[in-house]
Amino acid sequence: MKIAVASGKGGTGKTMISTSLASSLAGEFPIRFLDCDVEAPNAHLFLKPEIKETLPAVILLPEITMELCTLCGICVEVCEYNALAKVGTKILVFPQLCHGCGSCTLQCPVGAITEYPRPIGTISKGVTDDNIIFGMGELTISEPMPTPIINQLKTQFHNNDVVTILDSPPGASCAVVATIHDADFVLLVTEPTPFGLHDLKQMLGVLSETDTPSGVIINRDGIGDAKVEDYLAEQSIPILMKIPYQETIAEGLAMGHLLTEIMPSYKSEFTKMFQQIIELSRQKETP
Amino acid sequence: MIIMISSQGNKLEDLADPRFGRSQWFIRYDTQDDTWQAFENQSIYQRGGAGISSSQFMMDNGVKAAISGSFGPNAHQALSAGGIEMYTFDDNQQSVQEIIKAFQTGSLNKFN
Amino acid sequence: MPNIPHQLKQLVILSGKGGTGKTTLSAALMHLISQSSSKGVFVDADVDAANLALVTEAKILETHPFTGSQVAQINSDECTMCGICYDVCRFNAVKEPMETNDSYKVNELLCEGCAACFHSCLVSAIRLIKQQDGEWYHSLTPYGHQFHAELFPAAENTGKLVTTIKQNAKLFAEDHQLPLMVIDGPPGIGCPVISASAGADLALLVAEPGVSGIHDLERIIKTLQHFKIPALVCINKADLFDKGSEDIQQLARDYSYEVIGEIPFDKAIPQSMVNAQPITRFAPGSEASQIIQKIWKKIEMELFQESVSHD
Repeated sequence: MKIAVASGKGGTGKTMISTSLASSLAGEFPIRFLDCDVEAPNAHLFLKPEIKETLPAVILLPEITMELCTLCGICVEVCEYNALAKVGTKILVFPQLCHGCGSCTLQCPVGAITEYPRPIGTISKGVTDDNIIFGMGELTISEPMPTPIINQLKTQFHNNDVVTILDSPPGASCAVVATIHDADFVLLVTEPTPFGLHDLKQMLGVLSETDTPSGVIINRDGIGDAKVEDYLAEQSIPILMKIPYQETIAEGLAMGHLLTEIMPSYKSEFTKMFQQIIELSRQKETP
Repeated sequence: MIIMISSQGNKLEDLADPRFGRSQWFIRYDTQDDTWQAFENQSIYQRGGAGISSSQFMMDNGVKAAISGSFGPNAHQALSAGGIEMYTFDDNQQSVQEIIKAFQTGSLNKFN
Repeated sequence: MPNIPHQLKQLVILSGKGGTGKTTLSAALMHLISQSSSKGVFVDADVDAANLALVTEAKILETHPFTGSQVAQINSDECTMCGICYDVCRFNAVKEPMETNDSYKVNELLCEGCAACFHSCLVSAIRLIKQQDGEWYHSLTPYGHQFHAELFPAAENTGKLVTTIKQNAKLFAEDHQLPLMVIDGPPGIGCPVISASAGADLALLVAEPGVSGIHDLERIIKTLQHFKIPALVCINKADLFDKGSEDIQQLARDYSYEVIGEIPFDKAIPQSMVNAQPITRFAPGSEASQIIQKIWKKIEMELFQESVSHD
């Protein structure tokens, strides 16, 4: 069972929720946690895993063997990203534009192109004190593309028997889609403000495309107004939890504590919510 | 020699376009016989790498000097590799005709 | 009339971590700038989650469609079920047929438009369809003109849309001789951030105390250093966790950045959001507003002191 935690708006508390959910369930089930916010991963600061292995995350770049190249220019023509240019008697490759799709390699009529891996980040694997299997991706500074790392991270942990919690990046674009598209349930974390509502709607737009069952957690309840709740009621989207704003929570998170460490009563709230999530995802399956 | 100027329109009286990769038009001018031709820049419809595909366009048209407001790093790399000189103008309110004149009198900045 | 080329100064507001208060600061700066002598044009570069318009009473003057990506589509009548498209797709975007007389299909959500399948199909059963990825707007606010966009849900955020709105804002600024462009940046460090920061004269980093805040702050700092963009730091929700603020001060010192303001956590800020106003307009006497005023003065000096000394 794969549960993705997403939000649309940044800073609503995705990492707080995903790490606390994982920690609450750790005693009862084998849990896997994947931090897919590869531009700014934070979950490791809270779950504190022991990292056992780090591998490079790569994009496959084309390398043209000039002795075989006939300068026909087909590779330049088929590249949708303008990552190749024919310049005089050379073919130039622009690594940061290359998406690693392999099209140029496939289409070269003389087989002059081979591929080599270019590292764009890292994937780390570890385990926490309470036996949560932990994985995270991290994008190298100045690299533009997070999505290949997210896909590679997920491939490293392919196993459907385990409960997997995925911490998604903020936003509602392709990196988020890469994280959540195969999730059985998406838990949306929002805040009761106009920004929270606007970005929640973006995320709901994505979920209508992926047709994934979802539920919402309202974090920092009390700081804004009731429009988010009203909207969710209108759309019949279940609110699974409301966490009121409390300075003790904010301070504890700043110090790197899990919500369930700051307020242990939340542990049972999360285990109850997990049961609701299972129920809601089953409802979607039955016609 | 063949030079290419980024332009906001398809006539010599139109204002030059300060952008290279995403310029609306390119005006190709032959300094030897004073002939010119306008091309709509197809790179503006691309999702990325417009500087590169515009540079490729320069190379495919035998251009010796490209003239624009500035050149991004990818365009710079491609054009340099192709042996195409780059010149820039500061004032964005000049027509293509004025830019051509400025090039011929050597008053444009050479872009390195 | 001869055009006097003028120097447009670009300020970009970034953080690394989401939710630190970039948009809150951006809206407040827009308000303060509109009251100062240096007028500006404003850009919301967080096209994925564009919130600035919610607090600036933006009235749309122009709407433009934005097309960037494309997706592949397999014609089920022509498909011979050879499976080459499935084999070549590196993005898991080709679905195998479910039943015997079904064809291969493209999952448009995952399709990156690389066209590898298009070129590989032996019977030309695949075509490429251009997609509208979003819209961008030129709007008027009480504080000046604003250029912003909405990326459609699940679209690719390559930075092209960010570059488009910046370009248009820049042309507007040049046409109207405006000295300043303020860009409300997106979270993270990837492509949209890189596009938002390109050409910036100065970055304002909005930092949040705490382990996540400082971790992500260091990543955005390293990104700015890579692209050689100078920065100033301010701390938002500064009184949340004293040690956290001290750690940020230390990090700033390590990278030789000046911390130009510490804004305390203030419930008036989410309230100002609810009231669709910048905090400096909603609660001008609040401590947050007063500190933001000081922050603006420092930024103004940093951006324009060179021009001042030339007079």
